[in-house]
Amino acid sequence: MIKLPLRLEKRHSDSKAMAYISPLLATILTLLSGATLFALLGQEPLHALYVFFIYPIADVYGWTELGLKVGPLLLCAIGLMLCFKAKVWNIGAEGQFIMGGLGGGYIALELLAVESSLVLPAVLVFGALSGLLWAALAALLKTRFGANEILTTIMLNYIALNALFYGVHGPLKDPDGYNFPESAMFSEFATLPLVLEGFRLNISLLFGLAAVAIVWTLMSRTLLGFQISVLGEDASAARFAGFKEKRLVWFVLLACGALAGLAGVSEVTGPIGQLNPYIAPGYGYAAIIIVFLGRMHPLGILFASMLLALTFMGGEMVQMELALPKSLTGLFQGMLLFYLLACDLLISYRVVINSAPKKISEAPGIIEQAG
Amino acid sequence: MNQIDLIHITKRYPGCIANQDVTLRVAKGEIHALLGENGAGKSTLMKIIYGVVKPDSGQMIWEGKQIIVKGAAHARELGIGMVFQHFSLFETLTVAENISLSLPANEAASIKKLKQRIIEVSERYGMKLDPDRYVHSLSIGEQQRVEIVRCLLQNVKLLILDEPTSVLTPQEVKVLFKTLKLLAKEGCSILFISHKLDEVIELCDEATILRGGHLSGHCAPKNTTVSELARMMVGDDTPLSEDYEKRVGAETFLNVRDLSFRSVDPFACALNGINLEVKSGEILGIAGVAGNGQEELLNLISGEEASTASTVSFGTDAVGNLGPRERRQKGIGFVPEERLGRGAVPNMTLEENGLLTAYQKDLTSKGWINAARVKAFAEEIVAKFNVKTSGTQAQAKSLSGGNLQKYIIGREILQNPKLLVCSHPTWGVDIGAAILIRHALVALRDQGAAILVVSEDIDELYGISDRICAICDGELSPIADTHTVNINLLGQWMAGNFGTETLKEEGLADEALAR
Repeated sequence: MIKLPLRLEKRHSDSKAMAYISPLLATILTLLSGATLFALLGQEPLHALYVFFIYPIADVYGWTELGLKVGPLLLCAIGLMLCFKAKVWNIGAEGQFIMGGLGGGYIALELLAVESSLVLPAVLVFGALSGLLWAALAALLKTRFGANEILTTIMLNYIALNALFYGVHGPLKDPDGYNFPESAMFSEFATLPLVLEGFRLNISLLFGLAAVAIVWTLMSRTLLGFQISVLGEDASAARFAGFKEKRLVWFVLLACGALAGLAGVSEVTGPIGQLNPYIAPGYGYAAIIIVFLGRMHPLGILFASMLLALTFMGGEMVQMELALPKSLTGLFQGMLLFYLLACDLLISYRVVINSAPKKISEAPGIIEQAG
Repeated sequence: MNQIDLIHITKRYPGCIANQDVTLRVAKGEIHALLGENGAGKSTLMKIIYGVVKPDSGQMIWEGKQIIVKGAAHARELGIGMVFQHFSLFETLTVAENISLSLPANEAASIKKLKQRIIEVSERYGMKLDPDRYVHSLSIGEQQRVEIVRCLLQNVKLLILDEPTSVLTPQEVKVLFKTLKLLAKEGCSILFISHKLDEVIELCDEATILRGGHLSGHCAPKNTTVSELARMMVGDDTPLSEDYEKRVGAETFLNVRDLSFRSVDPFACALNGINLEVKSGEILGIAGVAGNGQEELLNLISGEEASTASTVSFGTDAVGNLGPRERRQKGIGFVPEERLGRGAVPNMTLEENGLLTAYQKDLTSKGWINAARVKAFAEEIVAKFNVKTSGTQAQAKSLSGGNLQKYIIGREILQNPKLLVCSHPTWGVDIGAAILIRHALVALRDQGAAILVVSEDIDELYGISDRICAICDGELSPIADTHTVNINLLGQWMAGNFGTETLKEEGLADEALAR
């Protein structure tokens, strides 16, 4: 067997510093790999990275577009954070997002002729409720039958997507739309108000920021948030203390469903303005990466959602400027998650040089270097 | 020539010294005790002998030759056998299959011959074993025999036993000691790790005592007393005296009636018609070997398992169908056996772990956590129960077992429970902490609380219980005043023989067990 010059050794205790360094390291590795990839594609690497990451936010318009994507991403991610804190592995924010858009869109279409300022709240509430009900299916299957939520939520994502397809190809199709698979445009009473005149940025960003503030308070100040943390950290301690496990599972799933649903309905009543098969650009999946990249902390999630929003914009930008495929977005997001998971190994382990038997007494020095 | 010499062994871990300049000599055919509190460095020393841990400095001499043990397999090859406190047996395999797994391939080739050898060896040393039985059907004592026979089949020259008696009934202990003495007579050296000092005095020829990683002393146990040994273990500054008055309780608080229970877990013990009451102002002790239904009974009392309402009552309230939260409201405090991963959340701070069960008190109001009160509560526990920690923000997992147990017991006691249920309150806890915990329990009793203690430590139960009983195979023995139950009767009860007559001759008990 070939002996590698390096090996992994378990740390005496987890490195706190590494928990924060790991996302930065993952970002740097993603950039390096991205540069290599661009070089292989025949592009000037630094220029391509500039186009991907800097160009989209080089002006005010770019920043407002970033905010437009951060809003729904935050809503999905902060909901997922609640679930993941309780170790409920909800992968279904995407499906809940789609159902939110579909349910809210349906009401918006029903109320096309109504001219009232109550239309928008009704649409938003119904959108959130649709997401909530979609998550309720997963909650029921988990608490009642012990079905693994990872599997059920992934499957529900596909069902939601096909429900959307059915809607826009069938009953919700615009009768005057030349048979394109899309609904009529919503009325102005079912459209989110803009934050700044002349830009597409709407108040969904405020929903996202409010959700972050509320969840942050919930998790750090309330007994309910404490119970969620205990359940995730140590389910038998939660049972011992008398916390109601099933109720908590219901709560986190429903809350996440409602938040993802709100994100979905914000998207269709915002920049899209109608229902079509492409209302979900993958925010529900990107949100999973955001939660882990943001270290399951509201503030971290805020920064991570900005980075992920940028990858969506960067993909579009390299398509326009360099004629590269937009799917680079997915590639960058995938690399980010991959490197993050790899770097997280260094939280509990450290790399040591494989030399002659080493004295343990040197170990503290190594921890310091790593930290 | 000595069987093994450890000379000036030093082993450091980041932040602590596990062994500092420790010397240990075991002669051929000698039964040698290794004594020390938790964290004194016994386990590290054992792991060094067994080749699992490499010392930083020092020499190991085996039968006169200096050696370096490369690992557990090498240690077994040399003739070092080890019986761990927690057995490494597969429950779904038979005795012979389990043993064959640890033998070299050529010896394990014929399972028929192996069975024959198991029968021969086990009979010769007076610990009968049926090689065809499945391990899950064996008692803990029998499982231990499998581990020992496994070592004997490998022509062991040094047998290391880590707290072997903590899982046995008094009668089983006697059988084990006979075996060990016979082995020693035949020239096998035995290293016996224990904290039960009277057993050490009865069994061992020599003793080495560790304290805080350092060598505290060598002595011949037969020429010394329990208190001298204890003093060497804990140092000069810990009080050792313990003498608690017995009390008669007032009204019944906990009342368990005709409680039968079968868990969905196939390896769990079914409970059969349990009746017991604990009065306010008394301590009831339940003795028994682990795995005889204690865990199931306590879960049913704490509410983590529910049954029908009338089976468990607190005072006049039937609570058998309520959950732990509702039962806590009615005045129960519970100290579970598992400290990390049930009694406390390992990754959470002491403050958060205080909130874990005290959330129904004034630490929260209308669902909001009062951070200042949570901190004050944690500080109060730390101060009143002498918990050694870097602060209330320290993670639970950073505390030693004894300090965490003091914290958990303090957390429950400071909520003024009317009923406190404790499972193995001082298991694996050093002597100083154990004394503090027992004092606290007795003080709580004197304030009028009903206390139920389940323990495997019989001395402890005799020390603090006002009434005592035993549990075996899911059934409860008669309950009697502690001073009327002698150790032989309790041993009978622990073995499932619930007659109230004491067996006149102790020999009968041994024979009953051997059968």
